Amino acid sequence: MFEAIAFYLFAFLTTLMFFITVTTSQALHALTALAAGMIFISAFFFILGADFLGAIQIVVYSGAVMALYAFGMMFFDTTREVKEKNGNKYIVFGLSIISAVLVVVIFAAPIVTNNIKALYPMVKGAGNTQELGMVLFTKYLVPFEVAAVMLLVAMIAGIVLAGKKMDLSLTLMSDAEIIDAKKEKTKKVLQ
Amino acid sequence: MMEIGLNHYLVLSTILFAIGLIGVMRRKNLLLLFFATEILLNSVNIAFAAISHYYGDLTGQLFVFFVIAIAASEVAVGLGLLIVWHKRHGNIDLDHMSTMRG
Repeated sequence: MFEAIAFYLFAFLTTLMFFITVTTSQALHALTALAAGMIFISAFFFILGADFLGAIQIVVYSGAVMALYAFGMMFFDTTREVKEKNGNKYIVFGLSIISAVLVVVIFAAPIVTNNIKALYPMVKGAGNTQELGMVLFTKYLVPFEVAAVMLLVAMIAGIVLAGKKMDLSLTLMSDAEIIDAKKEKTKKVLQ
Repeated sequence: MMEIGLNHYLVLSTILFAIGLIGVMRRKNLLLLFFATEILLNSVNIAFAAISHYYGDLTGQLFVFFVIAIAASEVAVGLGLLIVWHKRHGNIDLDHMSTMRG
């Protein structure tokens, strides 16, 4: 009963928030609606008994990813209205519906044949986090380490790409130096 | 109606995926395009978690774990590239990226 109420409530809220995200013309509204939708999605994880994933969803998306996007919005001056693509609407919506049907088929095919067996069944008497840890650090240890290396590479790439010329401070330079730096910047940023 | 099954979650995941696809197709600003890709990844996460719950298998939850890691690194690298592009060209519209000069 309560599960059904919670499911329908959060399904409606998540759909509404993501719809606002893709349709609004204000970038700030899109960012806020996306953050709200992420938090509502974590509610589904809690309903499904995946407590660890719910916490991770809130921490990673609403914490890290949203902070990065907020930084990007401040950097890119997205306060002006966003112009949208004016393509052929029928093609766009037709492609969307076809892709969505494809997703349903992909997910429904194994259920129809009914041959899914639990490869790593849930352990009785252990919490969700404990179960996840037991599988993650035995069967999925190598993918876990590879994901760690991937995150390290992404961090270094972010620092290298975004941190270029960040040692210069505009407030400590004289006007002539700023003009010189600007000329040099327009000439070549990527070396 | 009152019993929530696996199909409810799959239908919800499909609806969210369709919303994300509509966003990918109609956005021109690259930052908002990234928002749409986040919606795509999250809709798939719901489907994974639901399948994991209804089949009693932990593999789905582990895949959600890795998908979240990939999404985080995608945001880091993508925003870095966007900053470099914005420094050079002053805008982040897709229409200005149709040519691939270095």
